[in-house]
Amino acid sequence: MNKFTKYFYTICVYFFLYLPIAIVIVFSFNNAKHSLVWQGFTFKWYASLFNDSAMLRVAWHSLILGVLAATIATIIGTLAAVSLFRYRFFGKKILHGLIFILILTPEIVTAISLLLLYSFLKIPLGFWTLLLAHTALCVPFVAVTVYSRITTLDTDIFEAAMDLGATDFTIFRKIIIPLLLPAIASGWLLSFTLSLDDVIISYFVSGPSFDILPLKIYSMVRLGVKPEVNALCTLMLAFTLFAVITTYQSIFKKKPS
Amino acid sequence: MKKKSSFFKILSINIVWLWLGIFALIPITLTFVTSFLTQDPNAIVKFALTLSNYWELFNHAYVSILIQSITLAGTCTVICLIIGYPFAFTIARSKSKHSSLLLLLVVIPFWTSSLIRTYAIMAILKAKGILNAMLLAMGLIDQPLQILYSYLAVLIGCVYDLLPFMILPLYANIEKFNEEYLEAAQDLGANWLTTFIKVVIPLTMPGIIAGSVLVFLPAMTMFYIPVLLGGAKNLLVGNLVEYQFLTANNWPLGTAISVVISLLMGAMIAVYWYNSKEKDREELA
Repeated sequence: MNKFTKYFYTICVYFFLYLPIAIVIVFSFNNAKHSLVWQGFTFKWYASLFNDSAMLRVAWHSLILGVLAATIATIIGTLAAVSLFRYRFFGKKILHGLIFILILTPEIVTAISLLLLYSFLKIPLGFWTLLLAHTALCVPFVAVTVYSRITTLDTDIFEAAMDLGATDFTIFRKIIIPLLLPAIASGWLLSFTLSLDDVIISYFVSGPSFDILPLKIYSMVRLGVKPEVNALCTLMLAFTLFAVITTYQSIFKKKPS
Repeated sequence: MKKKSSFFKILSINIVWLWLGIFALIPITLTFVTSFLTQDPNAIVKFALTLSNYWELFNHAYVSILIQSITLAGTCTVICLIIGYPFAFTIARSKSKHSSLLLLLVVIPFWTSSLIRTYAIMAILKAKGILNAMLLAMGLIDQPLQILYSYLAVLIGCVYDLLPFMILPLYANIEKFNEEYLEAAQDLGANWLTTFIKVVIPLTMPGIIAGSVLVFLPAMTMFYIPVLLGGAKNLLVGNLVEYQFLTANNWPLGTAISVVISLLMGAMIAVYWYNSKEKDREELA
């Protein structure tokens, strides 16, 4: 392949990846309800979005759910990664395999297995079932993200700390967490976006008492393409990008270690 | 070193096992057991063991949906591989300074909701959408193409949605690829085609398999992409599970389908496992 073909091909693939997103952003500012022709710049779809109190409530629900699920998943996932790396215990290989399998499991399989659990335990569908399901979805992803980083650590540090009389908890708090902070943060962020975007699992385990954004968007999209949806999608895109960029900058560029 | 297990160690191992026990092992067991139970209109299930749920899957309509899903997922995987392989090869072998930025540009669309991206595809493909407007303006067609709500639309949506899953493992694999093998092959007189088939492909096989598994499984169980892009015509296994659970209220049949999907997944993981070296395995995750 010569150089020109390579460049051309690469640009084509990026074009394919970005065109749909670009279109959503452009049309969120288009002053026309149905036409694809550019009718001038407007903020009115954003304004109507912000006047929609139901929409704001749903967005708030998703935000809370995402933050809580990501936080709990990060704690459990980090503990799982640390346990797998440092300790020998019963069923360690099984645990490792289980985490690997859970990541590959299609979401619909996870969704119905959790729905079965809730039904047999007679837990009413709503906030709690969503929170637990989202956390369950995210735990393996955090575990793998943190584990891939923890294996690069020099185990001599732990030995030195133990020789100096540090307990396991001190090592966890003073050595493991600071060294793994970038990985823990990416795990949190990944969980947050997983929770914010999840449609399939939420579709099965949510109830009428707690509606969330992905399901709201799903029902809007199913009814047809509305300009408000463009505005909402643009805002979510901007929000995700902002969160990712600020997190990476504050954590990865602070210390040149 | 013999020492009493610390409180922290016991606590963290127990938290992790307890969590995965309740939210992974028990639900998986419940799914498996339910697939052998009987439907009951008044309760979740009736506790009477049966194999009829699995027999029912041999029903003509279900078999054709299963075959359609596998065909779609397979086609999607092949297309992702054809598009993704040269692309991953190019960006992985570009100057290292650019390489990570180029990869980041692949990951960014991935951070946005796949639902939103599917919606964007709808806007492009619909009768009065961008694609038709462009083709009409260029005079290539005189009637708008009816792509939305067709099999082709579902396929385009799947490829678009899952392409990054193919590119990432391929990139990770190709990045470690040693240039000297290529030179050695050429020194020994191999032309580029032979080099590619006998050297490049075998060496990047773990990446190819990992990417294929990561594309195939979600593609097969796609659930809102067929609804949004395929209309009601092109239903897949995912939609069938949803229908059994939320409309037909036949949970045992729904779980039986889920077990079949899981078995297929198990087979694919086994293929990956036997084709990869120990150190490559983490990459899939």
